[in-house]
Amino acid sequence: MGKNVLVIEDEPNIIEAISFILSRDGWSVATHSNGHDAVGVVQDAMPDLVILDVMLPGKNGFDILRELRGSDETQGLPVLMLTAKGQVKDREMAARAGASRFMTKPFSNAEVLDAVRELVAG
Amino acid sequence: MGTLNILVGVCLVYVAFLFLIAFAAERAALEGKGSWLRSPLIYTLSLSIYCTAWTFYGAVGYAARSGLEYLTIYIGPSLVMIGWWWLLRKLVRIGRSQRITSIADLISSRYGKSNLLAVGVTVLAVIGTTPYIALQLQSVTISFDVFSSAYGAELTESTRGSNALLVAAGLALFTIVFGTRNLDVNERHHGVVIAVAVEAIVKLLALLAVGIFVVWGLAGGVGDMLARIDASEIGLWQMRGDRWATLIFLSGAAFLCLPRMFQVMVVENEDEDHLRTASWAFPAYLMVMSLFVVPIAVVGLDLLPAGSNPDFFVLTVPLATGNDALAMLSFLGGFSSATSMVIVAALALSTMVSNHIVMPIWLSLQSGGASVSGDVRHVVLLSRRISIAGVVFLGYLYFRLSGGGSALASIGLISFAGVAQFLPVLIGGIFWRGATRTGAFVGLTVGFLIWAYALLLPSFGAGILVSEATLSNGPFGFGWLRPQAFFGITGMDPLVHAVFWSTLLNTMSFFIASLIGFPSPLERLQGAQFVNVFEHSSTPQSWSGSLAQTEDLMVMAQRIIGAREAQNLFEREAKRQGMSGLLPEPSPDFLQRLERELAGSVGAATAHAMIGQIVGGASVSVEDLMAVADETAQMMEYSSKLEAKSDEQARTARQLRQANEKLTQISEQKDSFLSQVSHELRTPMTSIRAFSEILRDSDRLSEDEKTKYSSIIHDEALRLTRLLDDLLDLSVLESGRVSLNLQSGSLQGILDHAVASALTGAGAAKMPVARNRQHEAVTLHTDLDRLSQVFINLIGNAQKYCDATTPRLRIEVGRSSGALVVDFIDNGSGIPKTEQAVIFEKFSRTGEQKVKGAGLGLAICREIMTRLGGAVEYLPGQGGAAFRVTLPEQVALAAQ
Repeated sequence: MGKNVLVIEDEPNIIEAISFILSRDGWSVATHSNGHDAVGVVQDAMPDLVILDVMLPGKNGFDILRELRGSDETQGLPVLMLTAKGQVKDREMAARAGASRFMTKPFSNAEVLDAVRELVAG
Repeated sequence: MGTLNILVGVCLVYVAFLFLIAFAAERAALEGKGSWLRSPLIYTLSLSIYCTAWTFYGAVGYAARSGLEYLTIYIGPSLVMIGWWWLLRKLVRIGRSQRITSIADLISSRYGKSNLLAVGVTVLAVIGTTPYIALQLQSVTISFDVFSSAYGAELTESTRGSNALLVAAGLALFTIVFGTRNLDVNERHHGVVIAVAVEAIVKLLALLAVGIFVVWGLAGGVGDMLARIDASEIGLWQMRGDRWATLIFLSGAAFLCLPRMFQVMVVENEDEDHLRTASWAFPAYLMVMSLFVVPIAVVGLDLLPAGSNPDFFVLTVPLATGNDALAMLSFLGGFSSATSMVIVAALALSTMVSNHIVMPIWLSLQSGGASVSGDVRHVVLLSRRISIAGVVFLGYLYFRLSGGGSALASIGLISFAGVAQFLPVLIGGIFWRGATRTGAFVGLTVGFLIWAYALLLPSFGAGILVSEATLSNGPFGFGWLRPQAFFGITGMDPLVHAVFWSTLLNTMSFFIASLIGFPSPLERLQGAQFVNVFEHSSTPQSWSGSLAQTEDLMVMAQRIIGAREAQNLFEREAKRQGMSGLLPEPSPDFLQRLERELAGSVGAATAHAMIGQIVGGASVSVEDLMAVADETAQMMEYSSKLEAKSDEQARTARQLRQANEKLTQISEQKDSFLSQVSHELRTPMTSIRAFSEILRDSDRLSEDEKTKYSSIIHDEALRLTRLLDDLLDLSVLESGRVSLNLQSGSLQGILDHAVASALTGAGAAKMPVARNRQHEAVTLHTDLDRLSQVFINLIGNAQKYCDATTPRLRIEVGRSSGALVVDFIDNGSGIPKTEQAVIFEKFSRTGEQKVKGAGLGLAICREIMTRLGGAVEYLPGQGGAAFRVTLPEQVALAAQ
């Protein structure tokens, strides 16, 4: 069972926080901070889990997720979506786009950690 | 044979006497001496042509058969004379003011001078009257027959026919001589009227004489007479309410509508006041006429053998009692009744036939209109004479063809029912301005068709004109169309049935068609004149001065084309004529121009008629014109109101749609704004929560880490505070409730302060600012703090987002079309064109994509500058990102 997590997020402080939490739990964390080339980065790195923000410069998280779900390689990849937009319609959009889990910011660190563990364990 | 010869001789003398009187009257009238001719008494007596031979002889027969029902024939006209006096007066007034020549003329004239209508009425009147004329000829022939058989001389069929022809020819001659002596404009025939009046006296005297003879000669005075009446079967007759009502209505209607009655009552009327006398004198005359009808009938039934014709009791009772002189007087009475009716009927009908059928045809046959000038009078007279002869001959023909049989007996009432069809159109025409030609046409047609179908055709007997199958089962088996039982309502008296349905459907269709259609201008004009005849004919309509005319034209024009338009037009025309006042002379030139103007509103024909009427001072009153003009104006106003209303509705709908779109848009903007606020708040809170949890839960953190994470929490908390401040600031600015603190200060000082405030912290050293202090030496009068806030924001943005390796900022002050402009230009890569449009929006996100760096700052800047009367905008094409702040001229000027 791999331990690689890719965090796609544009807010430096949030990247730092998530990296710290996951690293401390023994995960190997890679980060990326814009939307344009996120899909390529995922396909190159083929992590065990992607933590994906919605509001990204260049391309939003829903579009990125849809593209990932459309590709054979990344179809079944666990994706945890995080967004600061907490409306019901955002949750629905995430489900339709194929998110494995959807969490609203601000989150509790324990929750994120639990979700990551569960999703990777399948 | 001697008595018969005497009878013929007496008749000839009588006729000669009538000719003489008529001649004398004509001569007297010509010499202006015949004031006695124009007496109310003569007028009243002339009305007695209502009592024809049918009444003279027939009333007694009627009483012998149907009891008192004969009285209805007298009650109807009496009620009209007494109760509808005002209606007669209106008819007479209209007839005089419009120079009406016949009932056909009246109806056609009222409904827009429609000749088609006139022809229709004429034809119907001829159809209704011809059998009636035949009836008179028959009565003369039969009475002659009765006389001769009493003296044992049986007349052959040919003698009878030639007698009738002789009488007809004589009557035609008399009518031609005295009816067409001259073409009087007002169609009055003194000779005819006086002859009719004399005959009225003769028939009254004859009937009275026979009556007196019967009561006091044959019966033993009044008491004995009443006893004999009680004993006879006449006293047992039951009155039938429906027939009585119908007959009273019918005789009243016929009294108004019969062409011959119209002739003596309206056309020959000399003076409206004569009606005053006639209104009581004529009913009195009728009462006297009816006084001895029952006694004669009762005595006749007693005296004469069963089976004798009661229609001639008036003649046969004196003959049977050997009273030859009385019989002769009675014969003269019947003769008078018959002849006066034929003369006046022929006169009235010939006028109609000539004016509405013969003359139009003759005129249309004249190819060149120019030749119709000199001898039209001659043609008209000839046409009249031929028409008279034609009408009388038609009656004779009918008499011969019908064989003088019993079919004629019921003709009186059938004829009444026929002419009664004119009533709705006549009454509607003089009391209701909304009545239209179409309505009149439809009503008359419907009425006459029903009359002919339900009454006239069946009157010839089953199997002659209407088959028995049709009578009992309806045409083609349609039971509800049975001629004497419409809609399956059986058991009605055929006469009541026909009168009820024809009058009802006639009136209804007349009203409905009038309401549906729309009267032409001429119809409206005529309608106004007829209905309002009393309002205008009582005042003289002479136009004395030309100025008065112009004023009237002005009033009319104002009503048609509007007050201001009309005043402008008249003023313009007055100026053109070189007049000093506001009213021009009514010159032909001006009138033509005015007519053209009016024609634009009411149509050429009406405009022509209106101007012609005012300037020509003709029979249309100003009030009528105004009424029509008002109607026109109202209609135009109404239609323009409707138009405006629908425009307004469309506009309102459009506004509502726009408002709705705007509301939807605002609602979407609000949702999106809330979503963005939520996002902007949650992001720093995420960091704060994450790092505070890390600090709380991890005991293995280094001091550096602890310091770093604490300062992240601190910075993010500040970011939150700033965001809330911005939100509040923006909300105040947007609501417009912000109060400006106006002060004076130098631009240079404000910029110094802004640069110093913006460039604090780590980036300050990296961002040199190029300025031209000379240009900045401008004093401003505005809210300096707010302006400074804008500058700080712009400089801060440059510092934060300029992506050049060595970022630089230029601040340039200049003038652009009078306004003071301050440009902030950095050396970065600038803002892409697609984003330039949205950077001033709150949070300026396009779709889900983040535009780098933007929050509420530029939105606040834009609001502030709007409040200060200036603007802030992106300045493209400057290399880097460039913003221009524009201050209005007065901000700089006010300070100087």
